[in-house]
Amino acid sequence: MTFEAVSYESIPHALISGIAISLLCSVVGLFLVLRKFSLFGDALAHSAFGGVAFGLFIGIYPLWIACAVAILSALGLSKIRQKFDISGDAIVAILLSTGLGAGVILVSLTEDFEFHDIEEFLFGSAIVDTQNVVTILALAGAILTILFFTYKKILYSTFSEEQAKASGIPVEKMSYLLITMAGVTVVISMQLVGVLLISALFVLPNVSAMLYARSFKQTVILSMLFAVSATVSGIIMSYQFEIAQAGCIVLVAAAIFVGSLVAKGSGLVKTAGILAKRA
Amino acid sequence: MFINNSGVDFTMIVDIQKLSVDYSGIKVLDDISFGIAEGDFLGIIGPNGAGKSTLFHCMLGLRTQYDGTIKFFGQDIRDSRKYLSQVGFVPQKPVVDRNFPATIREVLSMSQNSSDSKKVDEALQKVWMHELADRRIGDLSVGQQQRVFIAKALVNSPKILVLDEPVTGIDQYNQDLFFQILGELNTKEKISIIWASHDLDAVERLASKVACLNKTLFFHGISKEFFSDDEMLKKYSETSMQMHMHHH
Repeated sequence: MTFEAVSYESIPHALISGIAISLLCSVVGLFLVLRKFSLFGDALAHSAFGGVAFGLFIGIYPLWIACAVAILSALGLSKIRQKFDISGDAIVAILLSTGLGAGVILVSLTEDFEFHDIEEFLFGSAIVDTQNVVTILALAGAILTILFFTYKKILYSTFSEEQAKASGIPVEKMSYLLITMAGVTVVISMQLVGVLLISALFVLPNVSAMLYARSFKQTVILSMLFAVSATVSGIIMSYQFEIAQAGCIVLVAAAIFVGSLVAKGSGLVKTAGILAKRA
Repeated sequence: MFINNSGVDFTMIVDIQKLSVDYSGIKVLDDISFGIAEGDFLGIIGPNGAGKSTLFHCMLGLRTQYDGTIKFFGQDIRDSRKYLSQVGFVPQKPVVDRNFPATIREVLSMSQNSSDSKKVDEALQKVWMHELADRRIGDLSVGQQQRVFIAKALVNSPKILVLDEPVTGIDQYNQDLFFQILGELNTKEKISIIWASHDLDAVERLASKVACLNKTLFFHGISKEFFSDDEMLKKYSETSMQMHMHHH
């Protein structure tokens, strides 16, 4: 079966890893959205796909190679961007298409290749392996801990690069740290939603949260809540109706976004700054 | 140490010697030397393109390619960036994304060493913005945002404030408030101020010293001396006019 639904046995693993991944994606994604870099997760995922294909080509478990390829290519392109003053959206396009192009070539060169080998990376899969769940929990815990100690500096660099630099914050280092964390987040999230749908988890919960929240803290909490709700309901729907898990998660996240727009548009919810009285 | 007009010793906060900057072979700053002492309120005037922002970028470590030396508190800024914790920077008209999800209080807490909410409240009180602390920054007018940025610069109790044409595009009422706050910070809190401005009247009213910049420094001294010297004012307006013609 190409698009896998969640089986009864895999529900606990899917839920535990899904919750960890959604918490992580919502927080890391928030910084990308605020930097107007919403598609950066997608670009990282596509370059990670090149890594997956390379791993399959040389016969090594592809996820860690994907992680290294995604991070190194993103860091390299960020350096190039700074040096040659290339716009962010162009970098995203370059990263996205080059990763996919390299991946397609490597896949075509791989002997005895079967589509099933890459489908879990493209469309996500129900995680059943305990070892995988432990790895996801450990990495998510590590990244959330790093973010807890550095979020003010990353937020300041996001808010105003010039002022952050003038306050002595190592803005470039913070940017590289964020890219690295986003790379790891993308690679572990690929297992849940796949390369093609990853930016949904990065973007949808955050954009929905920003419609309601007044402050950064509220945005983080709401975004986490939306992401976890989408993932848990998506997994349950996938099991209940025997449909693809990744698609369910993304569509629930999209439904939350549409619901938020309707609630805001109809004035049902007194929302954040946009509707607040001007001071 | 340095001797001021009244013959009293006081500490130099900034000491700039022979500062020159090139942008792809074009001289932007040429052999600039001056100092800022404790309690100084220095207005930097000069036409557009005179090098004011470049000077500030060098002072704040945002630009590292320059000739000459810049010392803060007696230490070359190339050796350490620690001085920045005692410097508050207020940029030109802030560019705040209207939907950026952060309250004023959160914006002030982003600075290093500012987890202390009491400090944040005190800084907001100094700019009369404490009642709006929980508003989203994007909901404020530009003038109010600029006052928030002064408060942000004050959170870490700086010894000096660096302001780069901070009132451009701000209405007269907020400009007057802004100037009143600056005056109080300088006289009551004893914070030194270096302030780039186009507004000669405001500089005459507020600044105790003036530096007149147009790639080179053609005047640096007591404000009253500059504004009572017709020759100097004439020279300033001629240079401004030349720069203006050059830009158009």
